[in-house]
Amino acid sequence: MVEVVNLISVWLIPVMLLLIISTAVFRKVPVYETFVDGAKEGFGLAVSIIPYLTAMMVAIAVFRASGAMEALIGLIQPLLAIWNVPGEIVPLAVMRPLSGTGALGLTSDIIQTHGPDSFIGRLVSTMQGSTDTTLYVLTVYFGAVGIKKAGDALKVGLLADLCGIIAAIVIVMIVFG
Amino acid sequence: MINVIWAGLLITGILYAAINGTMDQVNEAIFTGAEQAVTLCLGLISILVFWLGIMKIAERGGLLALIRKALSPLAAKLYPEVPRDHPALGYMISNMSANMLGLGNAATPLGIKAMEELKKLNGNKDEPSRTMITFLAMNTAGLTLVPTTVIAIRMNYGSVNPGEIIGTTLIATALSACAAIMIDRFFYHLRRRKERRTNG
Repeated sequence: MVEVVNLISVWLIPVMLLLIISTAVFRKVPVYETFVDGAKEGFGLAVSIIPYLTAMMVAIAVFRASGAMEALIGLIQPLLAIWNVPGEIVPLAVMRPLSGTGALGLTSDIIQTHGPDSFIGRLVSTMQGSTDTTLYVLTVYFGAVGIKKAGDALKVGLLADLCGIIAAIVIVMIVFG
Repeated sequence: MINVIWAGLLITGILYAAINGTMDQVNEAIFTGAEQAVTLCLGLISILVFWLGIMKIAERGGLLALIRKALSPLAAKLYPEVPRDHPALGYMISNMSANMLGLGNAATPLGIKAMEELKKLNGNKDEPSRTMITFLAMNTAGLTLVPTTVIAIRMNYGSVNPGEIIGTTLIATALSACAAIMIDRFFYHLRRRKERRTNG
């Protein structure tokens, strides 16, 4: 099972490249020139995201470093205890939409402490895998095309994250609980 | 909303540090945070340059149009405001496919290309269109078939069965994607109602 998954993830990208390039060669597309043509935009795009991402990451770093995040987690933990949900997962639930690297660090940390096959280990694995870093996705996608107002996008994304976390808790409780 | 969150994070952070005595850490975090953001963007250069090049080949080679045709009935339901033969739809579908396969690196450039096309469709306004919000919601829901990173971590810490969370992850991610679609539709109808009220 695991070997198959690993094999697929190693082969996927090279096979995809093979497919893309061979169909283009077959249709007589000048592949090298086309590649260079498309790749030109990459540098400018990456640079244009810098101001958006800097703004967001500094704010999150300040919030974390001040200890305000821990205080917020402390407020949520007793609420979850009512439903028999382990408080250890609260930091991850708060971190997941804000910071991808932060969430990944927390996930590894919790798995290391509690073991990957414990209830908490399985729960954080599911939480980490089932949702993306909303604030990062929003900042990068809207930043790259110069959209400064987020509209309802942030509300929708954060509410969906909340649903995802609740779904993860409920499902892991049913399957592994 | 984004203004409130951004200012809120900074103001509560700094005020809390003043009470909590963590101003040292906050002072450091300001500079390390900025540095991390720039490093992250520089890291994106290689990914964007490479994949935007490959995607141009996929576009000219006709592969993107093929994917678009195959999945357009589904996409038309999800994104009713985009014309069926518009390139934005091809990019959005490819982005979703890359995300599902866990190819985050390939998904980001595709998503950005989709946003560029959607912005053109929206008359280059600096506000997001309905489709852009739906597309973003689908992306933040993180629809993945195989959560490779998590499996790798579990393997690292000696799990007996690292892949056993694939099933629960799939169900959770599918539910959160459904929730994202419903919440998105709900806010869209709120906006419509508000517009109608101000117009009439």
